[in-house]
Amino acid sequence: MTTLLTNARLIDPEAGTDTLGALLIEDGVIARIFDTPDGLPDKSPTLRRQDADGKCLAPGIVDLGVKIGEPGERHKESFRSAGLAAAAGGVTTIIARPDTHPAIDTPETLEFVTRRAAEASPVRIRHMAALTKGREGREMTEIGFLLDAGAIAFTDCDHVVTDTKVLSRALTYAKSLGALVMGHPQEPVLSKGAATTSGKFASLRGLPGVSPMAERIGFDRDMGMVEMTGVKYHFDQITTARALPPLERAKANGFDVTAGTSIHHLTLNEFDVGDYRTFFKVKPPLRSEDDRLATVGAVASGLIDIVSSMHTPQDEESKRLPYEDAASGAVALETFLPAAMRLYHAGHLTLPQLFRAMALNPANRLGLPQGRLAEGAPADLVLFDPDTPFVLDRFKLRSKSKNTPFDGQRMEGRVLATWVAGKQVFSTEA
Amino acid sequence: MTFRARHLLGIEHLAPDEIRTVLDLAETYVDLNRRTVKHSDALSGMTQINMFFENSTRTQASFELAGKRLGADVMNMSVAHSSVKKGETLIDTALTLNAMHPDLLVVRHPASGAVDLLAQKVNCAVLNAGDGRHEHPTQALLDALTIRRAKGRIQRLTVAICGDIAHSRVARSNLILLGKMENRIRLIGPPTLMPSGVADLGCEVYEDMREGLRDCDVVMMLRLQKERMDGGFIPSEREYYHRYGLDAEKLSFAKEDAIVMHPGPMNRGVEIDGELADDINRSVIQDQVEMGVAVRMASMDLLARNLRAERGRKAVGVMV
Repeated sequence: MTTLLTNARLIDPEAGTDTLGALLIEDGVIARIFDTPDGLPDKSPTLRRQDADGKCLAPGIVDLGVKIGEPGERHKESFRSAGLAAAAGGVTTIIARPDTHPAIDTPETLEFVTRRAAEASPVRIRHMAALTKGREGREMTEIGFLLDAGAIAFTDCDHVVTDTKVLSRALTYAKSLGALVMGHPQEPVLSKGAATTSGKFASLRGLPGVSPMAERIGFDRDMGMVEMTGVKYHFDQITTARALPPLERAKANGFDVTAGTSIHHLTLNEFDVGDYRTFFKVKPPLRSEDDRLATVGAVASGLIDIVSSMHTPQDEESKRLPYEDAASGAVALETFLPAAMRLYHAGHLTLPQLFRAMALNPANRLGLPQGRLAEGAPADLVLFDPDTPFVLDRFKLRSKSKNTPFDGQRMEGRVLATWVAGKQVFSTEA
Repeated sequence: MTFRARHLLGIEHLAPDEIRTVLDLAETYVDLNRRTVKHSDALSGMTQINMFFENSTRTQASFELAGKRLGADVMNMSVAHSSVKKGETLIDTALTLNAMHPDLLVVRHPASGAVDLLAQKVNCAVLNAGDGRHEHPTQALLDALTIRRAKGRIQRLTVAICGDIAHSRVARSNLILLGKMENRIRLIGPPTLMPSGVADLGCEVYEDMREGLRDCDVVMMLRLQKERMDGGFIPSEREYYHRYGLDAEKLSFAKEDAIVMHPGPMNRGVEIDGELADDINRSVIQDQVEMGVAVRMASMDLLARNLRAERGRKAVGVMV
């Protein structure tokens, strides 16, 4: 089937443009892009015209680092619920984390989740695999077999591999296969037991805090390992100002490194925790306002390449605990785009800049053809209105877990429709 | 007389006039407690449950005595040995207790914010008897009463808080209370025991005891927990005593009539010289214990009045 989306604000992250035009979807790919709102005058009987009414059309979000509860914690999130939430949030490709129970650390478990995801989810799901067995930091996984089985990258998530001998071997091996490794820049001993970032807020609330320098120290160590092995490396979340100059140096020195950050660290700060609100407990902990603004600036300049939702479902019980004991993480697939619109409305980032970090850069880094508004690219698209105001009700989220820090908050920006491979998988009109 | 609070979770939520109300009422209970017949009916018929998730002899005894002198039915739950150990969550424990219709719940818990969490789930008045490193409001109130009686005022004084500030809820509550009452606050201690960012909270930070104590009106010492000694946070007990232990020589830098306070229990020879602690001309440590009972009586009395008023409004169907 052929669909012509007319009268759309085309957000092209590659060209950095935001212009009115039309777009033709044919056989699951973007067949043509028009710089006039009406597109084709074609009266072909198979052509379905859809008026976008001047709303924004952008490449679907490629979300690097989503936690799904399969296997092990399906009550928190299944491939089905995550896929529906993603479709409603404009996320067309989920890059799933391997920090499941058991971890995705063998080709067999990888095949299992790949099959389950394909059956259950309306959006694309690709899987990362663990770098070490059981994410325990002792022995490397079968990186070659896992690559063959479709692993898109390797990571132990928030488990930092502390044994540098194990890490250097795993990275050397990964390098020989051209695999991308994702690391969590954090000094694990310094940050042990921490629930907040140290500073005035942590002191007032009497919560154990970690110095923001723990991120910088973790970053420096990992960079040493990258320099030693030459591996392709991605830092999952850079959230502090102090880690930015070394990141800039690493890139200037020509290392194959990229960095990401989370939407929560771009839109919230440590004071949002208020009276011990555990839905604001994420990993790493929310930072100071100065760090937040520095991180936003780094996304705008392109120093930080990728923005992720870091979607981490947690059930009510694991959050209804004293702050120190409560689980970390927040669901974000559905709130990702509206939260990102805060940065747009605040004038920090343009829409093409946002979609560069949320779609184009992650796709490029992972070698995927998605993330662009280009003729021949997959028709993975999101149509949204950046201005629709609403108050978020967490119980209306499609995720099985409802742990969002944005509950009850005023947001702007709603997804109107989502397409994956030319097929509409979500629509507010449906 | 103003006291609007429904719970006493921290000094942070109290306004200066509410603090004054507690102190003024506590004065009347100081008098009562010195009589032979120490009884009032302020809490008559009410049920007070003391729930201590962390062992404490002194504070629990103080709250128990305060409740009994006001005529409440007091029950002590030794939570350290109960179903909490069997995996029951804090919320479930709270709901179970709530079903027994207590009127006052006195809670101590090792996690910061745990008492706030519990207070959201029950419909009685909750008193925080210490939560983690967060707050210990009745301690700050009893300290304020002790200072006011010794110095004649609780404004425009220079108060030094010395020792393990980082792990101390007593320090936090005092810091907030003394700040609200417009005093000058100094924090003195080794940098490893100083919380980060405190300079932004409007206090002066000193690493040198003598320098910090200069011209102080009040010297508050804090207890150094055993597990923090020896290598972890400080090199050794003896080095700590040498640099930060309060003795007559270091105290000589403070004002001549400066008073010495300690929330107890003391480690004599670690943070404070034994003789100094017993010096009735300088030390008000025993007064603090006495004021503790009075302040707790006043706090519970005020919370009970608000609770009765709230229930009364509900009974006649007034919208609140």
